[in-house]
Parts: sequence; C-alpha cells; structure tokens
Amino acid sequence: MAKIFAITLIIIAIASAVPIILHTWYPPPDISTHGALIDEQMADTMIEAGVSFLAAQIILAVFIWWFSTSKPGQKIKNFPGGARGLVAAAIVLVGLEVLALGVFGQKAWANIYFTPPGANAMPIQVQAGQFAFYFRYPGPDGKFGPIHPELINEATQNIFGLDQDHDQDSKDDIVTAQMAVPVNREIHLLMHAKDVGHSFYVRELRIQQDFVPGLDLSLHFTATKPGKYEIVCTQLCGLGHYNMKAYLLVMSQEDFDNWMKQQAAAQ
Amino acid sequence: MKSCYQSAGTLVVLLLVGLALLYSGPAVGAAAGGKITGTIKLDGTPAHQRPIDMSKDPVCAQQHTGNPVKTETVVVGANGGLEYVVVYISEGLPEGAANAVPAQPVTFAQKGCVYQPHVIAIDVGQKLLVTTADPTTHNIHPLPAAGTGNIGWNKSQSPGSPPIDTTWKAQEVAIPVKCNIHPWMHGYMAVVKGPYAVSDDKGSYTIENAPPGSYTLTAWQETYGTQTQKVTVASGKSVTADFTFKAK
Repeated sequence: MAKIFAITLIIIAIASAVPIILHTWYPPPDISTHGALIDEQMADTMIEAGVSFLAAQIILAVFIWWFSTSKPGQKIKNFPGGARGLVAAAIVLVGLEVLALGVFGQKAWANIYFTPPGANAMPIQVQAGQFAFYFRYPGPDGKFGPIHPELINEATQNIFGLDQDHDQDSKDDIVTAQMAVPVNREIHLLMHAKDVGHSFYVRELRIQQDFVPGLDLSLHFTATKPGKYEIVCTQLCGLGHYNMKAYLLVMSQEDFDNWMKQQAAAQ
Repeated sequence: MKSCYQSAGTLVVLLLVGLALLYSGPAVGAAAGGKITGTIKLDGTPAHQRPIDMSKDPVCAQQHTGNPVKTETVVVGANGGLEYVVVYISEGLPEGAANAVPAQPVTFAQKGCVYQPHVIAIDVGQKLLVTTADPTTHNIHPLPAAGTGNIGWNKSQSPGSPPIDTTWKAQEVAIPVKCNIHPWMHGYMAVVKGPYAVSDDKGSYTIENAPPGSYTLTAWQETYGTQTQKVTVASGKSVTADFTFKAK
C-alpha cells in the first residue's frame, strides 16, 4: 500500500510539472521595454520553486518506499540535532532562496520604482472609481488643472471634477474613457483613486500597481507594439468589480495625433 | 299617520340622492375635468452636451456605433422646445384628486445602456416598472434625499431579468437615478401627487383630467430648476400655461 502511495506521489508531482515545463499556460507576449526583466524573474522563480517542489516530493516518496518494509520494533533514526536542527536548517534554506530571488529581482523592481521617468515622458492621469477607469491628457499647455471633488458629476460627464470655466490649466484638458499612447514613447502614468482601492493591470505591459485613495502614485512604461489591450482592475473594489475595465490603444504617432484631435473635439 | 309616511319617504329619497351623489362624485368630477397644456422653451444657448464613450462595456458601445449618445442634462428640440421638463400641480389640489393614483404603471427602461426616458414623472403609490433590454447587467440605484420619506435602494438586473416592480412613498421632485455598473447612466424620477406631465421633444406637454379650480403649476428641469405660475382650470376646458427657462 505504501509503495503504491509513493509511486502515486511521484506521478502527481511529475504530471503537475509537465504543463509548466511545456509552457502550456504562458502569459501573452510582452509589449514593453521593461517586461523582459519581469519575465526573466518569473522564470527564475518558477525554476527555483519547481526544483524545490520536485525534490521535496521525490524525497518524500523515497522515504515512504524505504521505510514501508520496516520490521516491527525497528528503531527510527533522528535527524542530527533533532527537530530544532531540522527547522533551523529549513529556515536558513528557504531564507537563502527568498534572498537570492530578491537579489536577482532587484533590477526589475528598481527599473520601475527607483528610476524616475525620462524628462520627455508623456504624462497621462488615470482616475479609478467604482467601476470604471477614466483618463486625462493635459492638452497643448502640458498642465493638468486642479481637481475639485465637489464638481464631480457623472450626469454631465465631469468625471474629474474640473472647473473649465475658471481654471486656466483645465481649459484644454482632454478626458477620455480609453487610454491611447504612441508606440515607443515613454508614458508617465499618474494614478488617482476617486473612492476606494483599485488596481491598474495590463498583462501585456507586465505592469500591476494598486491605487490607494489619498496617495499620488505613479508608474512609467514604454509600449513597443501597436494594438488593443485590456486594462483591468485587480483589486476587489465592490459589486461592479468584475466589469471594471478599459482599453489601452497603442498606436503609431500619426494615429495617436488623429485620435487626440477627435477626443479634443468631443470634449 | 300619513305625515309620518311622508316624512319617512322624504328621508329615504334624500338618503338615496345623498348616497348617489357621494358615489358618483369622483366620476362626475373626472368627467368634468379640464386640461392644462403648454410649451416649454429655452431662452439662450443650451449647456454643452458631451458625447459618452461606452467602450468600457463593448455590448453597450456596439449599440451606438457611429452615433454616440450624448449627456441629457439639457435636451432642446429643433424649435427651441425643452424636453424632459416635469409639470405638475404643486398647490391647491383638493385632497381627493391629490390622493387619486393612476392605475397604469410607469416604465423606466434600461436600453442601449441609457435610461429611456431620461426623466419620468410618477404619482405617489403608482406602480413603477424598471425593465432591462440590454445584454449586460445593470444595477439601478435611485438616490432619494434624506428626510423625504423615500428610501434609497439598488438592484441588479442581469440580461433577461423580469422588471423590478415597486412604488414611491412620498412626493419628491426629483430623485436622481444612477447605474452602479455604467457610470454614465443617469436619469430622474419625479414623484408627485396628482396629475402630471413630462414635456416631449417639441417641449409641449398636456395634463389631462385636472379637476376645476385655481392652482399653482410647477415646472421642473434638472439643470435650470423650477418655475411656477397660477392657472385656473374650468370644467371641460383647456387652459394654456407656457414656461420659458433662461439658460445660465
């Protein structure tokens, strides 16, 4: 019986590793300049965790096989130092593994969070609110006008609470429900939450960042492949969370300029 | 003895006549009701209406391809007539007429991811049906003001759901309505007592069956507020009451 269990264990461990090794569930192709580092980090994590997982399952199976034929009264040998030594060894091993992942991954992290966006980066503000994303472009003057929360009115589509009659900087601001960006241009995304916590996630951009009400967070990225991609909220934010999304349109500079003109005309 | 029969007979006849009058009273009143009619115009340039981008929910956007829906805070027809203005009798209505509730329901439809019509008027206690014709889930959320006697609620309706069947408890002009899933969806429910009308795309309205009497007539528009004027309704006659709102 124990031998059957040991064999089953090995079969399950190998069967669950096969789809991972064959890349059956691989994320969609990366369309960003920083994504290769993230993918590398994910692969490193997968290899490290996968090797540990397989090793643990095989060792377990070997021990079950080995001791399945023990005679009654046979003494079981202890790990040197007893349980305390075993636990200490496990902590050191796992700690080293996590530390190694951190050391190798710091480049990917620092590339997004510790490096400021370039001076030429295009600013776009994104506002997350139950249950939609809206975007604001500063217009020709390059300046965002102030937000007046008391002026937010969905009936008139004043999503950001702008006072375009009085604030000079708001006059040419362009508010949209989709986010278009020119290809190969760095974007500086300024994140603003209207109500509760949300998250900005684009799989193809390898970017995921929470919105925190009251905190002005920002991201920067460069998209390298034209197309239409889904922006989804990945922080449970309420009843309509499942339907909270928008689309990212990566376009050539020419298409982007035309799109911008259309949006400006629709304000 | 004869006079005794006589007085008893008179009493019975009087009683019958009195009862007949009592029971036929409202019917007589309705038959003799007058009509209030008029046109509502806007003086000046209407507030700019922005096109709505529904790309967040593709099944909504598909229904308006090439012809985006605009916001409806001020809707002006070709002849300057103002649509979606609620007209009702705000003062002077006799108790009986104020408390009468029309039997037919008022429908507030969710179609093409907009509320159709954008504004409804409804009597206190009148049946309200909220229907959905969209292939996406809506979550309708009326927001009555505190202390009015009306209580807010919100309900989800998935595609193919039966209508929500409900009523409002108290007069309130007007209750804003929004959809918790599609933030651009916006409308109003004006809850009134007594006869009412909502202006059409030419800005004209007709209140049928107003009982004879002198009243204060109120017109309410979501952006420009209220206007009132005095009207006198005569039995079987039509009286005209026009309103002009000034664009801010």
